[in-house]
Amino acid sequence: MTLSGRRRELRGRALVAGEAAGPALVLEAPLSLWGGMDPRTGRLSDHHHPQLGATITGQVLVMPSGRGSSSSSSVLAESIRLGTAPLAILLADPDEILVLGALVAQYLYGRTCPLVVLPADHPATIATGDHLEVHGDRVTLVRPRAAPAAGERDPGRPGPVRGSSGDPGRPPDEARR
Amino acid sequence: MRLSDGDRALLDGAEGPAGRLAMRIVVEMARVAGAARLIDVTSAHIDGCLYHGRAGLDFAERLLRDGAAVRVPTTLNVASLDLLHPDRFRGDPETAAAARRLMDAYVAMGCRQTWTCAPYQLPERPGFGEHVAWAESNAIVFANSVLGARTARYGDFIDICAAITGRVPDAGLHRTERRRGQLVFDVRALPDRLLDQDVLYPLLGHLVGARSGRLVPVVDGLPAGVDEDRLKAAGAAAASSGEVGLVHVVGSTPEAPTLAEALHHGQPLEVVEVTPAMVRAARDQLTTAGAREGRLTGVNVGTPHFSVAEFGRLVALLGGRSVHPEVAFYASTSRHVLARIEALGWPATLEAAGVRLVVDTCTYVTSILEDTSGVVMTSSAKWAWYAPGNLGVRVVLGSLRECVESAVEGRVVGDDAFWAAP
Repeated sequence: MTLSGRRRELRGRALVAGEAAGPALVLEAPLSLWGGMDPRTGRLSDHHHPQLGATITGQVLVMPSGRGSSSSSSVLAESIRLGTAPLAILLADPDEILVLGALVAQYLYGRTCPLVVLPADHPATIATGDHLEVHGDRVTLVRPRAAPAAGERDPGRPGPVRGSSGDPGRPPDEARR
Repeated sequence: MRLSDGDRALLDGAEGPAGRLAMRIVVEMARVAGAARLIDVTSAHIDGCLYHGRAGLDFAERLLRDGAAVRVPTTLNVASLDLLHPDRFRGDPETAAAARRLMDAYVAMGCRQTWTCAPYQLPERPGFGEHVAWAESNAIVFANSVLGARTARYGDFIDICAAITGRVPDAGLHRTERRRGQLVFDVRALPDRLLDQDVLYPLLGHLVGARSGRLVPVVDGLPAGVDEDRLKAAGAAAASSGEVGLVHVVGSTPEAPTLAEALHHGQPLEVVEVTPAMVRAARDQLTTAGAREGRLTGVNVGTPHFSVAEFGRLVALLGGRSVHPEVAFYASTSRHVLARIEALGWPATLEAAGVRLVVDTCTYVTSILEDTSGVVMTSSAKWAWYAPGNLGVRVVLGSLRECVESAVEGRVVGDDAFWAAP
């Protein structure tokens, strides 16, 4: 992909240091990976989440915070093992449960999922579809010129997200256990 | 960060590679949390024994092979299998075998075979002010709120590392200043007929958790002395819809004799007036759209694990009647509580009425339900929250009375007069 577009440097704190580059997926609500993401498919399976069905594999996940279950560390480690994990996770608040999953995967399998905490107002300036590059504490954001994200029209708001569904009562698709 | 000589010895491998790895993980967590030191814990509760895939098994077996053993009394959370009723498991044999290996690994490290998400129902439980390392979100909120013990929100992997080292970061809810109530939920606008009902508590927990996120909520205006089963239901719900690890309930939980004390004599960020409409909205959020009109195929209670008192209520509500033949009624509990109700003769009564008892596990975390095509009713907000994603079922949340009446009738029976707007 061409990396022309507006570039911006964000400085965060690496909870798990690493390198990653790819498209941003901005979560509109907190997510518990356990009960919320199927590590076999990389898809969101939380029926209360507005982005039910979205795929996190191959994306840089931008989330306000984790939520709920303390088993999410196992789910992250398992998704790293299976190759369905996000490329990296950017957070507004430190999340020990995710750090554990990333650390244990690194120890067991020699690969991980970088985790970076950004200053609280920064995640809201990232839109789904922005290109993000993670190098340790530094995150470079490139907003493509050709296909403006929602953030271009309405700065500061998360952009549209693929596969979202606003209906928490929607019957499940393939993302069932 | 200041480490003790013992911490450093473990890091240096004085007790072998498992101790070194466990201490490395504890120290790394302390760094993330910004802790200045580690502190001792008196017990641990392990959530990592529930099988989520090979990563968890690889970790446990690596620790075991490297010589890991727990150094504080350690209880185990629910696992994926009911070892007392193995035929209840309907998943594939490979998953069952891996889940069993995971359970065996934790037992081999010296953990007690409690297999319950409600370790606070066991005879030995932590006292006020005691530092513990508990995982499982409902157990965490109960330990902090109801027992006044202190645990951060631990999860898989760190739980066993804390048990092996006996040490945790001095951070989060271990620290007094982090236990200050921040958000007040005033329930004085709720009518007494609602306050008298068990079903209020999971719904209240659900709406409190959803609005609290990571803040410490305080519930004010409930009658004093709310019982442990109601506090359990509220806490489990709050820890599912939010990242709640401590809920002060004024007049009922030990750090909240008064609202001022729950707030550490400070000001709350916000006071939320809880209305009957908010409680009805919580119930509706925990019920799949259209499910009330669907075909009822199951009822599930006991999430978190049913207590002796809750079994007593179930027996009384059934009143000698039987569950409809087309409804599978499951009640999940621990083997400890099962032994206690056996002394009362209740398991035989319940099984004869068509209630199937599940121990060591829980019906929303593993393959037990045989029919997930219809509608399943539950009295648990936590079950209602997670089961649609985990199992693909449609759910209806109701009171235990509504669950029992529905199970007997074979269709969803709601107490419409009770739920009508005042």
